[in-house]
Amino acid sequence: METIIKPENIVYGKPRLINNNPMHYCPGCSHGVVHNLVASVIDEMGLAEKTIGIAPVGCAVFAYKYLDIDWIEAAHGRAPAVATAVKRLNPDKMVFTYQGDGDLAAIGTGETIHACNRGENIVIVYVNNAIYGMTGGQMSPTTLVDMKTATCPYGRNVALNGYPLKITELLVPLEGTCLVAREAVHNVAAIKKAKKMLRKAFENAMAGKGTSIIEFVATCSAGWKMSAGQANNWMVENLFPAYPLGVLKDRV
Amino acid sequence: MAKGTVEIDTARCKGCELCVVACPTGVLALGKVVNAKGYYFAKMVKPGDCIGCAGCGYVCPDACITVYKQK
Repeated sequence: METIIKPENIVYGKPRLINNNPMHYCPGCSHGVVHNLVASVIDEMGLAEKTIGIAPVGCAVFAYKYLDIDWIEAAHGRAPAVATAVKRLNPDKMVFTYQGDGDLAAIGTGETIHACNRGENIVIVYVNNAIYGMTGGQMSPTTLVDMKTATCPYGRNVALNGYPLKITELLVPLEGTCLVAREAVHNVAAIKKAKKMLRKAFENAMAGKGTSIIEFVATCSAGWKMSAGQANNWMVENLFPAYPLGVLKDRV
Repeated sequence: MAKGTVEIDTARCKGCELCVVACPTGVLALGKVVNAKGYYFAKMVKPGDCIGCAGCGYVCPDACITVYKQK
């Protein structure tokens, strides 16, 4: 066994840009996998010294502690506005925002739509787990109809709370967006596919082709009150029909 | 002899079991010992069956798994 453990035999290891700080995410949280993907894509593109990330408010608020790149922490929902300024002042840098559904699709809806409409050359990484995870599992704009959360214990009621907001679909007709895609990270095949899409988005931003938005349909095992494995299955059965995976727009 | 093997950063592991689900040959399982944070961490229970596919590494949210494959 020891003969296999040699540096030249490594086929997978911790991405170089992920540092040794222990992540505060709950066990099995999709955020960790998305962090790993972002870190490995930035490293593979040789952009470690040229990337500026905009961290959100929400579970990923501490993203700046885990990836060894430059970060700015934005006010709640304002990451696309901050990214706009950073990219316009530093056009040679790679600028991306990392946001959840409570940040991007609730308080930050205006910033998201207008940044995309202006066609800012940024990447928006959007992690949608249909719940406010950080504050204890409250209903978010993307919570499914009849899905139970702390603030809708009998399930989301359309008459009272409206329908789940498919914000990614809303961004498709905007002329500023060049790539709109929805991915997931629940198994190895999906992760490899998502990584390719993320790389494409980062390349678009560097080439000045417009706004790229990659939505990750994700789990919140703590908020959904399931084990991580069960949460992945629940996501496949319930979230995927409402938020189907695939490329929604590819103008490149 | 096994084609591959994994090293697990047991201090970082949170015992989410995603690697256990992802392993196609049932090599990994949670142990009965906890780490400093109180999590039952993953370990190899059938090391001879590892094929070095790296599936466990890809799905690990905390990037605790290093995968080696005999070339």
